[in-house]
Amino acid sequence: MASLQSLDVVSRSATTTPSPQVRQAIPQVAKLIDESKCIGCKACQVACMNWNDLRDDVGSTIGVYDNPSDLTPTSWTVMKFYEVEPKAGSLEWLIRKDGCMHCEDPGCLKACPSPGAIVKYANGIVDFISENCVGCGYCVKGCPFDVPRISQKDNKAYKCTLCSDRVGVGLEPACVKTCPTGAISFGTKDDMVSYGVKRAGELKERGFQNAGLYNPEGVGGTHVMYVLKHADKPELEELPANPKIDPLVSVWKGLAKPLAVAGMIGAMVAGFFHYMKVGPVEEKPEKEEA
Amino acid sequence: MMGKMLQRYKDGDRMNHWFIALMFVLAGLSGLAFFHPSFFFFVNLFGGGPWARILHPFLGLLMVIGFVGMFFRLWRDNLITDADRAWRKEMGRMLKGDKAGLPPVGKYNYGQKMVFWLMTLSLVVLLVTGVMFWRPWFAPYFSIEAMRVAVLLHSASAVVLILSTIMHVYAAIWVKGTIRAMTRGTVTESWAKTNHPLWHQEVTKGR
Repeated sequence: MASLQSLDVVSRSATTTPSPQVRQAIPQVAKLIDESKCIGCKACQVACMNWNDLRDDVGSTIGVYDNPSDLTPTSWTVMKFYEVEPKAGSLEWLIRKDGCMHCEDPGCLKACPSPGAIVKYANGIVDFISENCVGCGYCVKGCPFDVPRISQKDNKAYKCTLCSDRVGVGLEPACVKTCPTGAISFGTKDDMVSYGVKRAGELKERGFQNAGLYNPEGVGGTHVMYVLKHADKPELEELPANPKIDPLVSVWKGLAKPLAVAGMIGAMVAGFFHYMKVGPVEEKPEKEEA
Repeated sequence: MMGKMLQRYKDGDRMNHWFIALMFVLAGLSGLAFFHPSFFFFVNLFGGGPWARILHPFLGLLMVIGFVGMFFRLWRDNLITDADRAWRKEMGRMLKGDKAGLPPVGKYNYGQKMVFWLMTLSLVVLLVTGVMFWRPWFAPYFSIEAMRVAVLLHSASAVVLILSTIMHVYAAIWVKGTIRAMTRGTVTESWAKTNHPLWHQEVTKGR
């Protein structure tokens, strides 16, 4: 639950009328994760736990550095380690900080059936408002990045808030503040895009010809972006190459809704007028019987 | 003054029918709440959003269980025959209010049979797809891709079921003397002769 005000909510789940639009002057924000500077120390995971007062259950090792092995309702960001061979015989160790991408066109928000359980703020942050969450899991189906996790304890969906409570009062997200190598930066979206492009250029000079900024257009761009050493192959790190809201979800939460409602109400109206026009089917009186 | 009455549904049939109908209304309202924002206020009938989400699958499951009983009572009477196909050709005229010269029908006409099979089909799809994203118990066993297919099919078959039910209810209102078949179990002999002459012959045979 964020500390931003309702005037900052520009988009709201399961709501058919416009959200407040008066606040126009708020800059779009973004977090940029430069994997070439990441040393996998997990300070960001600790900072996230610390700021959000989250304590995940102590799990067990799966034989690699990933700990926990995946996002959970209480681990909103997780370092993922990948041993890959982008070219045959060239082993590389890639480290990616996984978490919510804060899509400009969020699939979770589109899929959510509960009014105001998922909101997007004027600054671009996508937030779950837990008190409105009904626990249906539709956000999981809507998300192109497999990010939301639903708690077995309380049946609420959780994910990274981009520290909307900190950003709302002019602070940077906790993970950004704590990162010891400067691999995570935070600022306006425009600044982060140009900084990301600049960093990708520097990486190209150093031999990573396919370095680039991951800011996928299919979801309208994201408010969490990566500088990837192999931007041509984001799948190396389990990032979809061209993420977008699944067409099944788009139909389900798009065309199907007005069509079905029109069909159901239309059937009832048609029945009413049919009756008024044609009249009922009466029993034939059969006086000669009985 | 009502003439002779014929038994159309036994007590068990009627209780079974009304149990399904009740569960249909409850599962339908709680389901519609999650389908379109304009229906979200229906969750208030169930104690709020989370309670509607918790109850909906159980209500749906009870509806399906009720329908299984109905299915085994009625499926034989609903097999489509050549006579039904002949009746189908005349259906347009009947809807215009011209009932004369319609081929005689047995216990159920073609329209009723189609409603029966549409309900059967949509309930099977609703059950299978509903289990696939039933949180928290069964959803974890299915992939996100599979659940995306499931939610769309679940909505589509719910719409088919609701439209079938609208037809079903309308026909009962439209054809006078029908509703008492389900409320009282009996129909008048003239109702039977008018609407289901072959069934009338069958049940009055040997009298």
